[in-house]
Amino acid sequence: MEPTTAAAKPQFSPAAQAEIKRLLTHYPDDRKKSTLLPVLHIAQAEFGGWVSPEVQDLVAETLGLRSIEVYEVSTFYTMFNLKPVGKHVLEICRTGPCMLRGSDELTAQLERITGAKVGETSPDGHFTLKEVECLAACGFAPVVQVREKYYESLDTEENVDAMLSELKSLVHRPILPWEENGLPTSLQNK
Amino acid sequence: MGRKLLTEHVNVEGIETFAVYRKHGGYRAVEKALKMTPEEVVEEVKKSGLRGRGGAGFPTGLKWSFLAKPEGVPRYLVCNADESEPGTFKDRYLMSKLPHLLIEGMIAGSYALGARTSYIYIRGELLYVLRILEKAIAEAYAAGFLGENIQGSGYSLDLHVHPGGGAYICGEETALLESLEGKRGNPRNKPPFPAVQGLYARPTVVNNVESIAAVVPILNMGGDEYAKIGVGKSTGTKLFSACGHLNKPGIYELELGVPVEEFIYSDEYCGGIWKGRELKAVVAGGSSVPILPKELILKTAAGENRLMTYESLSDGGFVTGTMLGSGGFIAMDETTCIVKNTWNFSRFYHHESCGQCSPCREGTGWLEKVLHRLEHGHGSMHDIDLVVSVAKQIEGNTICPLGEAAAWPVAAAVRHFRDEFEWHVTHPKEATQPGAVYRGNLVMA
Repeated sequence: MEPTTAAAKPQFSPAAQAEIKRLLTHYPDDRKKSTLLPVLHIAQAEFGGWVSPEVQDLVAETLGLRSIEVYEVSTFYTMFNLKPVGKHVLEICRTGPCMLRGSDELTAQLERITGAKVGETSPDGHFTLKEVECLAACGFAPVVQVREKYYESLDTEENVDAMLSELKSLVHRPILPWEENGLPTSLQNK
Repeated sequence: MGRKLLTEHVNVEGIETFAVYRKHGGYRAVEKALKMTPEEVVEEVKKSGLRGRGGAGFPTGLKWSFLAKPEGVPRYLVCNADESEPGTFKDRYLMSKLPHLLIEGMIAGSYALGARTSYIYIRGELLYVLRILEKAIAEAYAAGFLGENIQGSGYSLDLHVHPGGGAYICGEETALLESLEGKRGNPRNKPPFPAVQGLYARPTVVNNVESIAAVVPILNMGGDEYAKIGVGKSTGTKLFSACGHLNKPGIYELELGVPVEEFIYSDEYCGGIWKGRELKAVVAGGSSVPILPKELILKTAAGENRLMTYESLSDGGFVTGTMLGSGGFIAMDETTCIVKNTWNFSRFYHHESCGQCSPCREGTGWLEKVLHRLEHGHGSMHDIDLVVSVAKQIEGNTICPLGEAAAWPVAAAVRHFRDEFEWHVTHPKEATQPGAVYRGNLVMA
């Protein structure tokens, strides 16, 4: 991931700008702030899986909000990563139903395989491990979410291996729904 | 095998597309509704006896009839798709498999309430389901079921999907509305209720995904017919999401009234407890509702068969009963440590407390800490009474029901499994062995 410096002010890609424009039409004209959560999701996807203060300032500027209005929201919701992350963030569900079907063991296994502890990024930069609360997939426990994908029934070695090799084979992040023409060139083959 | 009103066509190839959904009778409820007056639609839902499927079980038709209708002020229908109650995963299933069912319900409901713009607020983790819904919504626009002058009726509606950002509290309806306005998900003081001042301070109804979907079969068959299904005030069908130590966890649509024993053990449903083990306890309606030991979940204190209905599950109040809640059915086998499970749930509520009210912000932290101590063999007998006392002091002293949701599981666990908590105090070495489980109560049973 590219370090965000004050010198390189982040900019949304044209595809993301178009998506934000579409989202703005969903809410009354005097209620643009409603677009904040969807736009934070776009920002996180565009800028390496986390939202730096500079990226949050960009969100504020884009929506005509004060920066503090973005900070207070980004720090409330658990999906927004406020520190740099690896290429793939493994969000491991730790809540009761997943625990009953072995999420503790899964976490230990993923820590062993990736070499990262929960809250850390693996030395190769591939994986960040993050524990999360219930993902609403309790019948298919244990569960890990990576971006917009759920990996379920991770109580077998095969399923865990399949998840990790699928993720490792991704050279760059998957194409996001608003990127009709594929990834912006700046993000290709990183 | 009971009737399936919501998931009848769930396995039909391509049912997520407009064309196939329409071919299987889709959007007939909208066509029917548009020929009725909005008041008549509300009346059908009232007659159906439908109770909110999100957890509280409040009659949906009654909720609709409370909506304020000041002249010239927009009003909103907001779908609560923030499914996050541990053990509950039915709405995710419904939306990803049958997106048009929810959209159809939203159109009929919006028409009944006079809403011109409606929102589906979906938890942020489910962005992939949001994509499915957005695709289906685009199809509905193209087919003239959304947008201007729907099917030539003169009624117009815009429908949008809005993602959350990861916060259990946003399942509480006023926190959801704050979140939809782009703010932190802090629940609002009530009154004013959303029916008077909801989204953007305008009259708003917030309904669970399954409640809105149920409007479709209700309109198709008529409220009276729907009310004939089920037992007593538990009318219609309900989705139950079964998880934990079951042979066949998953989502089941039941006519309300199936015996709990049949639901757990019949091959038609969950197929019994995995690995040939014994059932120890069940949390029947999502993590917030009181846990019950095997004997009390299968039969009421009076010895009657417990049924999958609102009334039967709450028979005995919180002393010997529980709640149907969201239908999140968590089964635990004989190897489950109740203390560990209770601590896990308390950690969840502590993590998810928004922090507005001191009893919840501080109390959930206390519960987590003291239960952690008990689970790890450092607790005292006093700690067992302490968690009950803390739970009692949270309950009823907070703006929203997250306080109760955090308190109830703890109080119930100590009520029914006190000897297991005491064993953790008297036998700390044994209790902290990996895989160690207290089985005294099973021997007694």
